[in-house]
Amino acid sequence: MKKFINDVQEVEKQMIQGMAKAYPQYVRKLDCGNVVVRAQAKEGKVALISGGGSGHEPAHGGYVGEGMLDAAVAGAVFTSPTPDQIYEGIKAIATDKGVLMVIKNYTGDVMNFEMAGEMAADEGIKVAQVVVGDDVAVDGSLYTVGRRGVAGTVFVHKIAGAKAELGAELEEVQATAQKVIDNVRTMGVAIAPCIVPAAGTPGFELAEDEMEVGIGIHGEPGTHKEKLRSVNEITDMLLDKILSDLDFSGSEVAVMLNSSGGTPLMELFVAYDHVADVLAEKGVKVYKSYVGEYMTSIEMQGFSLTLLRLDDELKELLDAKADSIAFKA
Amino acid sequence: MTNQQKVIAILKGIAARVIEEQRFLTELDNVIGDGDHGINLARGFSEVDKKLPSMADKDIGAILKTTGMTLVSTVGGASGPLYGTALIQAGKAAAGKCEISMPDFIAIMEAAVQGVMTRGKSTAGEKTMLDAMIPAKEAMEKEYAASGDAKTALAAAAAAAREGVEYTKTIIATKGRASYLGERSLGHSDPGAASFTLMLETIAELA
Repeated sequence: MKKFINDVQEVEKQMIQGMAKAYPQYVRKLDCGNVVVRAQAKEGKVALISGGGSGHEPAHGGYVGEGMLDAAVAGAVFTSPTPDQIYEGIKAIATDKGVLMVIKNYTGDVMNFEMAGEMAADEGIKVAQVVVGDDVAVDGSLYTVGRRGVAGTVFVHKIAGAKAELGAELEEVQATAQKVIDNVRTMGVAIAPCIVPAAGTPGFELAEDEMEVGIGIHGEPGTHKEKLRSVNEITDMLLDKILSDLDFSGSEVAVMLNSSGGTPLMELFVAYDHVADVLAEKGVKVYKSYVGEYMTSIEMQGFSLTLLRLDDELKELLDAKADSIAFKA
Repeated sequence: MTNQQKVIAILKGIAARVIEEQRFLTELDNVIGDGDHGINLARGFSEVDKKLPSMADKDIGAILKTTGMTLVSTVGGASGPLYGTALIQAGKAAAGKCEISMPDFIAIMEAAVQGVMTRGKSTAGEKTMLDAMIPAKEAMEKEYAASGDAKTALAAAAAAAREGVEYTKTIIATKGRASYLGERSLGHSDPGAASFTLMLETIAELA
């Protein structure tokens, strides 16, 4: 394993410290753990908290700021933060209007956030939650724990964050977040795995001519392996799956082409060239597009494609002011 | 009868075993999960190990509860809340006790199993740690009713847990991250069932 680190045990802490030192205008690190909160707290609004394992940078600390999140909690790499850490985050940002937890649908994340939510509710804090499950690669059936929460989560942060900033009540912010979740779909693919520092070895292996389809964001294997094809064919496959899952025809959409960390912008733009053409052909109108690193899996070579179906409310909230390290509007 | 010192010695033994086997557990998790089960549990139990000396004068309920709280706050992932809740509930079942008998231990196991079921919204047959825990608890109860011997009952429980791990190879996961693999989870043991079995084996050995 070759990485620019000092000590595998210190990676998460030093990463959060570095983020807070680099962007003091946006975030402040709490003394008690790997939790960052907005540098300038805003009173009288619903507070938003999210988080998850580290390794997804800029998620989630990069989305703490005006019109986005109020706190982000970072666990060990690809491991949910613990309830006490999340609870500290909730306490630091709680307002009378309440706190909304934005949780990615992974068993560990859901359990740890729910325990934290119970602890906060015991202290009289109003807490609500939404669980994001946008990954169409996996089956959201009775036989699974439901679809995984991946890059579409960033749109939940943006739009629910804007709603909260306008002064909406907890139930309204929760409903708006849920509306994003109901209308967002993602699928990803990878050509090279990543290495969790503490593990030291890759989570899966791929031959020179193979790709892993339906990848999650934790270095875990996807749904299956396939022979590597041209990026146009790959994006066709992703789009087929996304467009057959939700009716996007005639709709306006926000598109996110997200690097898993090891895919350069050059390749992302090559992919987007085709995505834009296919969407135009299919009568799906792109309202806004986002190409870059939004929800990574350390250095994994891969990307995900996200489509969010918009209505007037979502468009307005997507356009509303946001000022965070990794997302500005 | 098992007293506080013995409980602490057993927990120390469990911590050592989990740390020793972390690579094995992580490898199991690499196949059907995200490859951090051993790393996470080892981190949690190292912390438990550090705290054990300070628990020496507490009752068994408090020892188990502190262990559970420590796991909740250090393990993360899914195993943190699950093992943490199991031990916190076990601690409630043992509240105020300075000695535990075999019937007490059966009640403690029952509370732990219920805790995991509630926290994980899960039941038997979903390829989780419950597939080792539930048969182990049942075997322990049955063997103790038949023989009245704690040592035999614990050995039967450990054997049932090992069989439970084997059973998880034959079923498809419907809970946890492995559920996304569908049939690809067949043939592989559940890492949580395996880690629970290591813990129970240590209890059977040291109690």
